[in-house]
Amino acid sequence: MKLDCPLCGARDIREFHYQGAASLADRPDPDAPEAQQVFLDYVYMRDNPAGENRELWFHAHGCGAWLVATRNVTTHEFLSVRLAAAREAAP
Amino acid sequence: MSRLAQGGLIDRTRQLPFTFDGETLLGLAGDTLASALLANGRHLVGRSFKYHRPRGIMTAGSEEPNALVTITRGNHAIPNLRATTQELYRALDARSQNRFPSLDFDLLAVNDLLSPFFGAGFYYKTFMWPRSFWDRVYEPVIRRAAGLGELGTEPDDRLHDKGFAHCDLLVIGAGPAGLIAALAAGRAGLDVILADEDFLFGGRLNAERIHLDDQPGNEWAAGVVTELRQMDNVRLMGRTTVTGTYDGGIYGAVQRVADHLPAVPGNVPEQIFWRINARHSILATGAIEQPIIFPGNDRPGVMMAGAVRSYLNRFAVAAGRSVAIFSNNDTGHRTAADLQAAGVEVAAVIDTRPDAIPQGDYPLLSGAQVIGTRGRLRLREISVQTASGRRKLRADCLAVAGVWAPALHLSCHLGARPVWRDDINAFVPADGAVPGMRAAGAVAGHQTTRDTLKSGLAAARAVIAEHGRKAARIRLPHCSDGPTEGAPFWHVTKGKGRAWVDFQNDVTAKDIAQAHRENFRASEHLKRYTTLGMAPDQGKTANMAALALMAELQRRSIPEVGTTTFRPPYVPVSMAALGAHGAGKGFAPERLMPSDALARKHGAEFVELGLWQRPAWYPRPGETTWRESCDREACMVRETVGICDMTTLGKIDVQGRNAAEFLDRIYVNTMSKLAVGRTRYGVMLREDGFVMDDGTVARLGKRHFLLTSTTGAHDQVWRHLTFCAQVLWPDLDVQLCDVTEAWAQFAIAGPKARALLQRLTRADISNDAMPFMSWREVKLGKVFARLFRISYSGELGFELAVPAQYGPSLAEALEECARAKGGDWFGLEALNVLRLEKGFLTHAEIDGRVTLDDLGMARLMAGKDCIGKVMADRPALRAPDRMQLVGLKPAGASKLLLGGAHLFTPGDPVDREHDQGVITSQCFSPHLGHPIALALLRGGRGRIGQQILMHDHLRGVETLCEVCAPVFLDPEGGRMRG
Repeated sequence: MKLDCPLCGARDIREFHYQGAASLADRPDPDAPEAQQVFLDYVYMRDNPAGENRELWFHAHGCGAWLVATRNVTTHEFLSVRLAAAREAAP
Repeated sequence: MSRLAQGGLIDRTRQLPFTFDGETLLGLAGDTLASALLANGRHLVGRSFKYHRPRGIMTAGSEEPNALVTITRGNHAIPNLRATTQELYRALDARSQNRFPSLDFDLLAVNDLLSPFFGAGFYYKTFMWPRSFWDRVYEPVIRRAAGLGELGTEPDDRLHDKGFAHCDLLVIGAGPAGLIAALAAGRAGLDVILADEDFLFGGRLNAERIHLDDQPGNEWAAGVVTELRQMDNVRLMGRTTVTGTYDGGIYGAVQRVADHLPAVPGNVPEQIFWRINARHSILATGAIEQPIIFPGNDRPGVMMAGAVRSYLNRFAVAAGRSVAIFSNNDTGHRTAADLQAAGVEVAAVIDTRPDAIPQGDYPLLSGAQVIGTRGRLRLREISVQTASGRRKLRADCLAVAGVWAPALHLSCHLGARPVWRDDINAFVPADGAVPGMRAAGAVAGHQTTRDTLKSGLAAARAVIAEHGRKAARIRLPHCSDGPTEGAPFWHVTKGKGRAWVDFQNDVTAKDIAQAHRENFRASEHLKRYTTLGMAPDQGKTANMAALALMAELQRRSIPEVGTTTFRPPYVPVSMAALGAHGAGKGFAPERLMPSDALARKHGAEFVELGLWQRPAWYPRPGETTWRESCDREACMVRETVGICDMTTLGKIDVQGRNAAEFLDRIYVNTMSKLAVGRTRYGVMLREDGFVMDDGTVARLGKRHFLLTSTTGAHDQVWRHLTFCAQVLWPDLDVQLCDVTEAWAQFAIAGPKARALLQRLTRADISNDAMPFMSWREVKLGKVFARLFRISYSGELGFELAVPAQYGPSLAEALEECARAKGGDWFGLEALNVLRLEKGFLTHAEIDGRVTLDDLGMARLMAGKDCIGKVMADRPALRAPDRMQLVGLKPAGASKLLLGGAHLFTPGDPVDREHDQGVITSQCFSPHLGHPIALALLRGGRGRIGQQILMHDHLRGVETLCEVCAPVFLDPEGGRMRG
C-alpha cells in the first residue's frame, strides 16, 4: 500500500505510523462540566465503521507530518489525505 | 536416448553433464532438469508422499506434483525443487526424495500395501488414544514418515536479497497475451515490468507448433522480446514468479537469480524476493491442463499431453517410444500430429467423445476410456474400454489431454471468487477481483492464439488510456491455430484400482467418495479432511477434478460446489528469500555511540538497549564476574569520578513564541517559569492519565528549550510531541526538532567531576557560578559545548554535550582526564546500581500502568491543565490501595532479591489472589553491602517499616523483606548539590 503524503508524495505505507481515529484531534475542553466523562469518551470510545473512516497517520520515517486520511477500511483504499495542521476547509 | 535428432530450443553444442542419484547423465544447455532426465529415458524420479508410490514427471511447469528433487548447492541441500522448472547447469547434483534405500526399491512402499487402512481421515481416527501417546509415540513416528525432502541442519549462509520495484503496469506472464500487452504499453511509454517464471519468454508459443504470420511462434516471441529489451521503460524479469497479490497494488515475486548457475559469482544473491508496487497489472498467467482421473493414472509415463508437446517441441525430447493419448478434446489430436511430425509412434488416440474423428493417420478409439495401466516402475501397457469391449495397448507413455483451467490464483488472493463459464468448463477471474488488475489471454478463458493476442492488446489499451497516453497501432499477426472443441469429461468410473486426484498428497477418487460419505461435503471441509490441494499444489492440478467428483456425488454442478480459497504464495518461496537480511545482525539495525570504538578497545561487554549498543561493564584483568566490575565501577563514581556515554538519551529541541506554553501543556509541572540557564526534572502523562516518560528540560533561551527523553521511550515521546504540536494545537507557534543524534553527550559523575572538567575548560563551573540544575555553554578548545549540572547517580554530576562529530575525540579527552583523577569509564550496570541507590526511575518502574501518585510524585502536578490531567483524577487512579513505589531490603536469612518476583503479606498463601506487588528493579549495593530493590506494592507508602515476603515461583526463592522509602543513599541530596 502507498499513502500520498501532501509533502513527500506517494510513499510506502511502512514509512507511516497509524495512530487511530481522527476524532483524537478534537481534544475536549478540560474545564467543561463533566469533563471527565467527556474525556473518557475521547480517550476510549471509537466508531467502528465498515467503510469510510477518518484516521490519523504519522509520517514517522519521512517528513514527520501528521496526516488526516480518509480510508475505506473494507478495501484499504485511501480516499483523501491532508496535513493535520492545516485547518479543515469549510464545507 | 530419447532426444530427437533435430528441432527444439536447446543448444546442441553445449553438453552439460549432471548427476541424478549419483549417476552421471548428459543434458544440453536450454534443458530443464526434467527434460534432461526424459532425454535420458528417465521417467521415474520420486516416491509419493504417503504411499511411496513410484512417480514420474507429469508436467512441464511449476504445477508439477511429482518430480520434486533435492539439489545440492555447495554445502547446502535444497529439498522439494521442481525438476520441471529447474534449469540444467553443468555438474548439477540432484537426488530423488522420499525413498529408502533407493528409488527403485523403497522399503516404505509397504505403506502402499496397507493403503486400505490409510485412507482419508486415517490419522484423525487412529491416533486418538491413549492421550499419553500423542507427544511420545505418535508424533515422532508421524514426523519421521511425513514430509518429502529433508532440510539441511547447517545454518544457510547463502546470500538472498529483498527488492522493491515500482511501475505503471506489471504484466504477469510472458506468453502471447503478456508479450503483446507489454509491447503496447512499452511503446506507449508506460513504465512496465514483465515477469515470467520461465527462463525463456513466450509461454506456450515455445511449446506448440503454431505460426504467427510466417514465423514459428517462438521466433515471433523472441522478436517481441528483442524489441522490449531495447526499451528503457520496460524491465524484463525472467525466472521470476509473481507469488501473491496484496492490498494497494502490491505484488510479491520471487526471482531466482542464480539457481541456474553452477556457482554464485561474487555478491550475487541466489534469489531476490520482490515487492512490486504497480498501479495496474495484467494477469496473463495462462492455463494449466487438468488431469483426467482413471485407475492407475499415477504410473510413471502417464503425463499431461501439453507437457508431452512441450518436451517434444521445445526440448526435442520424445517422452516415449510409443505414445498413447487419452483425450476429451481436440488437443489430444494436436499432440498426435506433433508426435508423428517428429517421427514418434502414436499407439492410439483414445477420445472420450463418441463422435471424434481422426485428424491424421493414427489409430483412433472414439468414445473410449483408459481404465487401467500396467508396468512396475514405468508404464508398459494400458487397458482401454471401447464401445465394443476391452482391449490392451502397449505404450510406454500416455499423454492425457484434459481441460485447460485458467491459472487465476493471483486474482483470488484478495478474497474474490472466480466465475464459472459453462462454454469452456472452467472458472475464470471475476471482473474487478483485484483493483487495477485485468486478466488477458488463456487465464481469461481465451483459447486460440489470435484471441489471446487480441485480449492482451485490449487490456494494455485500457491501461494506456487510464494513464492518459495514446496507444500506438499494433497489427495482430495471423495465427495458424484454430478453436479447439472438447467435452467435460473428468473421470473414468470403470476399471479397477485406485485413481489419483491429488498426486502430491496421495488423494484418490475413493478418498473423496469416503469424505462425502462421512459428510465432509463442503469444498473447504473436503480439502482439510483429505489434504487435497494443500501445500504447494494450491489448486493447480488437483482442484478441478476433485470439484467435478464432488459435484457428481452431490448431484450438483461444479459452480454450486464452489472452489476453495486460493492463498499466496502461488509457488513455494524459500524462507531464506522471504527473510533476506533478517538473520543475525540483519535482524535489527545497530546504533553505535560515539565512544563505541573506545569501549570495544577496552574490551567492554555490551548490551542492546533500544537498538543502541551500550557498554554494560568494563572488565579489568583479574575480574572474573560482571559483579566485580560493576561493584568497582559504582564505588569509583562514589569515591573519585566516572564517565559514561549518555548519547542514547533522546534529545528534542523546542523553539517558538509559544514554546513555554506548549511545554506547560505537555509536562505535569510548570516549565514556563523555568529561568534561562536552568534545568528542571519533568514528567509527562499520556492522555489516559498514566505516566509516559520523565526527563529533564533545559531552558536555552526565552523561546528555546531542550528536553531529554528516556532512550527506550524516545520514539513514543517524539510522536507524542509532534502529535500535540501539529494535531491538537496547530495554532501554537512551536517548532520541534529531534536532535538525539546531533549531540554526543557524556556524564561526568563523582566527587572529582568538577576537577576533571576544569582540565578541559577554563569556564567558571564552581558551585556558585553553576549550581545544581543549571546549564551553561562552555568552550572546549574551539568547540562550543553545553554543560548541564544534572545527576543520575546522586553524586556531583555534569553532562557535557558536543556536536556529534566531536564525540569520539571528546570521549578520548574525557578518558585521559578521568584517569588522571583516578577515575574511568563506567557501564550501564554500574549506572543502574547508582540510580537504584538513589531511587531514580527507569521504564522498569514507568511501565505504562503507573500514575504520578503511584510513583510518589503527586506534588509535581501543577494547577494548570496538561495532557492526562483530567483522566489522572479518576477515583480509581487515586485509590489508596494502588500499587505504590517503595524500596525493599532483605530482613531475614535469605538476602536474595529477584526482579519480577512477587510480594505477599507474610502468612498469606502465595497465590494470585493474595498478590501484593512486584519487584521492578534490584541490584547489589556495594555501599550498603546488601541487595536493594524498588517495588510496586499495594498501599506501599503506608507499609514502610513493615515486613513483606518476596516469593519467586519460577526460581523457587523466598526472601523476607523490609519495606522502606525508595531512596537508599543520601536522601537529602547533599552529595549532588555540593
